[in-house]
Amino acid sequence: MANMRTMSFDAVIVGGGGSGMRAALQLSQSGYKTAVITKVFPTRSHTVSAQGGITCAIASDDPNDQWQWHMYDTIKGSDYIGDQEAIEYMCQTGPEAIFELEHMGLPFSRTEEGRIYQRPFGGQSKDFGNGGQAARTCAAADRTGHALLHTLYQGNLKSETTFLNEWYAVDIVKNEDNAVVGVVAIDIETGETVYVKSKATVFATGGAGRIYASTTNAHICTGDGVGMALRAGFPVQDIEMWQFHPTGIHGAGTLVTEGCRGEGGYLINKDGERFMERYAPNAKDLAGRDVVARSMVLEILEGRGCGPDGDHVYLKLDHLGEETLNAKLPGILELSRTFAHADPVVEPIPVVPTCHYMMGGIPTNVDGQALTIDAEGNDQVIEGFYACGEAACVSVHGANRLGGNSLLDLVVFGRASGMFIEKQLREGINLKDASEADIERAMTGLNRINNSSDGEQASVLRAELQTIMQNYFGVFRRGDFMKQGIEKLNALRPRIENVALDDKSNAFNTARIEALELQNLFATAEATAIAAEGRTESRGAHAREDFQERDDENWLCHSVYFPGSKTLGKRGVNFNLKTREAFEPKIRTY
Amino acid sequence: MLNVSIYRYNPEVDSEPYMQDYQVDTQGKDVMVLDVLEKLKVEDPSLSFRRSCREGVCGSDGLNISGKNGLACITPLSSAVKGNKLVIRPLPGLPVIRDLVIDMSQFYAQYEKIQPYMINNSPAPAIERLQSPEERAKLDGLYECILCACCSTACPSFWWNPEKFIGPSGLLQAYRFLADSRDTATEERLANLDDPFSVFRCHGIMNCVQVCPKGLNPTKAIGHIRNMLVRSAT
Repeated sequence: MANMRTMSFDAVIVGGGGSGMRAALQLSQSGYKTAVITKVFPTRSHTVSAQGGITCAIASDDPNDQWQWHMYDTIKGSDYIGDQEAIEYMCQTGPEAIFELEHMGLPFSRTEEGRIYQRPFGGQSKDFGNGGQAARTCAAADRTGHALLHTLYQGNLKSETTFLNEWYAVDIVKNEDNAVVGVVAIDIETGETVYVKSKATVFATGGAGRIYASTTNAHICTGDGVGMALRAGFPVQDIEMWQFHPTGIHGAGTLVTEGCRGEGGYLINKDGERFMERYAPNAKDLAGRDVVARSMVLEILEGRGCGPDGDHVYLKLDHLGEETLNAKLPGILELSRTFAHADPVVEPIPVVPTCHYMMGGIPTNVDGQALTIDAEGNDQVIEGFYACGEAACVSVHGANRLGGNSLLDLVVFGRASGMFIEKQLREGINLKDASEADIERAMTGLNRINNSSDGEQASVLRAELQTIMQNYFGVFRRGDFMKQGIEKLNALRPRIENVALDDKSNAFNTARIEALELQNLFATAEATAIAAEGRTESRGAHAREDFQERDDENWLCHSVYFPGSKTLGKRGVNFNLKTREAFEPKIRTY
Repeated sequence: MLNVSIYRYNPEVDSEPYMQDYQVDTQGKDVMVLDVLEKLKVEDPSLSFRRSCREGVCGSDGLNISGKNGLACITPLSSAVKGNKLVIRPLPGLPVIRDLVIDMSQFYAQYEKIQPYMINNSPAPAIERLQSPEERAKLDGLYECILCACCSTACPSFWWNPEKFIGPSGLLQAYRFLADSRDTATEERLANLDDPFSVFRCHGIMNCVQVCPKGLNPTKAIGHIRNMLVRSAT
């Protein structure tokens, strides 16, 4: 590898979705030499699939709206393990970040007053839960993610960010001080392997919904950042917390936005009953996603599911009228007609809870600096390493994310990471160069796959992995089942490490990329499994049949999974609000 | 069994491209073309194609499917199979990197040429710039473009002059900014397009409209730009 090419940057962002491009924009606008490594052309990133909107108290729908109410909703939604300092920062800074996007050209829908259109979403309230439903989600029809992602790409073209499009980051390069000094990456088109050296390495690699068989996530959501971090020996936090979105299209998995229920749609069972009235008398269909998803599964398990197999429920929209549906939810009409063969104008959409979002990830502080935990249990910054967006766990979502908060997380913390790195670069970053051996170490996984001589196909192994996760670590979880699931994963590990790569050619070899992605899927799945089995309570999205209550005495904390020992530790939740006293945990009802 | 014929070319192995025939058991289901490709990739991992969202919003899997450009993930077999045969080729007119993967640099270069970003040099207000619902409605049918290149690679004018003619996709985006009440660079934008090729190579063939998987109408947008150019010249 002595002749491997090196490229050097002030900052390298791995991932060209919303958070990565927002971080890159900040840095390239300030004149720093910034590169985005992205395995797909940036506008193909999964942010593009976000539909309903971006939640933020910009006081358009309600001129008296307050960011503090949004903060309260988010903390409650997180089931009290979201870090309050981070949530405060997100909700307070949010409006500024939204207005910046609007000034960059994001085509938001509008109110009669010419302001940004906001719609109601789940878990939203006015006056700290006392003032009824709020409408706080800023929307560009039901294509908000698409509009946001394209706007950010356009902004980066203007600020002349370097894009390494269709490059795949393989592994982290660490120097002798255990600081991160870039990544080894493959140019997919040519197969060339390059050491991309950087003073600051930002992981904005998105989620890993593809660890489950049924997911709203794109094919590319394979947990590459989590996998790389774990292989480098860094921990991940709250990785057992996976959101199942109530409304994935039955069979296809494609997402139907919560905005449908925000606009007045509701769920019905086979008897035509609006069952959410029983589970959440106040918020009904706009309760937290975890609550709605569990209610749906219970309806199905108790024999009130729809269809010949009784394995889904219906989302009813036809009562909203064709005009409203065309204006507010045009993308949903398209998706439903294509994937459910149902026209929402006249018939309901068959839906089922579907894996949607990874609340956990690489632990970071508000500045995006990645953290590890030392032997005494103290946070320790990993020099040179940052994370933002879904790959990170900052943690604003805790045990359950509110709809519309993911896009806000992306732009607020992409921006915050960029601003902090800017400051550090100004002050001077001095990290020791990686040695040949350091770089060679980051090539280990790639070399193994390149030298594989037998083994099974990636697609077959991936399907097995997804089935295990779906069956043993789904909406409802139970200790003995999860132990079985972990055993199955243990048996699968050597087979996945030994995955076949028959085609060793260099030009656009997607088989090689899929073999590498499979390693990351497995690493994320294994961490999920061990953390899920270890958290012996029910909280937010993590619902255990054998521990049905929330256990604040033992588990009002983050879980931290350490890859070296494959063990679970705990980390305190941040309750330090700057502007007021902390919100104390309360029973969570909607 | 469905007969599938796929364009194959690996520059490291093949001296020239060829069509490879497969048989796929779809169990009589009307699945999407992408599902067929995924199924084939299980058997033959060397088959290369792009895909990401699998729901028609990311624009990765634009392909020439039984003679018509479209997205594999939202094209059902029922609309693409003729005589029990499905023919899949890369989008035409751009260089092939491997199999169904084309080099899109020329397409992206034309997009970048139109300055695809908001230009407004007046000081930004403390909140958003106001825009009425009527003004915003002018962006409908424009901003939804997913850059899949189905339109530009179906356009004979783009085939002839890919360096000089912006192409339907780029021009749709050019008009998206011309039509935006918040953008103040209309004159500059029009000046950049005012040559015999950038816009005027469009001959109104309308292949772009016929193939756009998002139902957009680049020809109409190009008509608006032409009118603006003619008006600004007089």
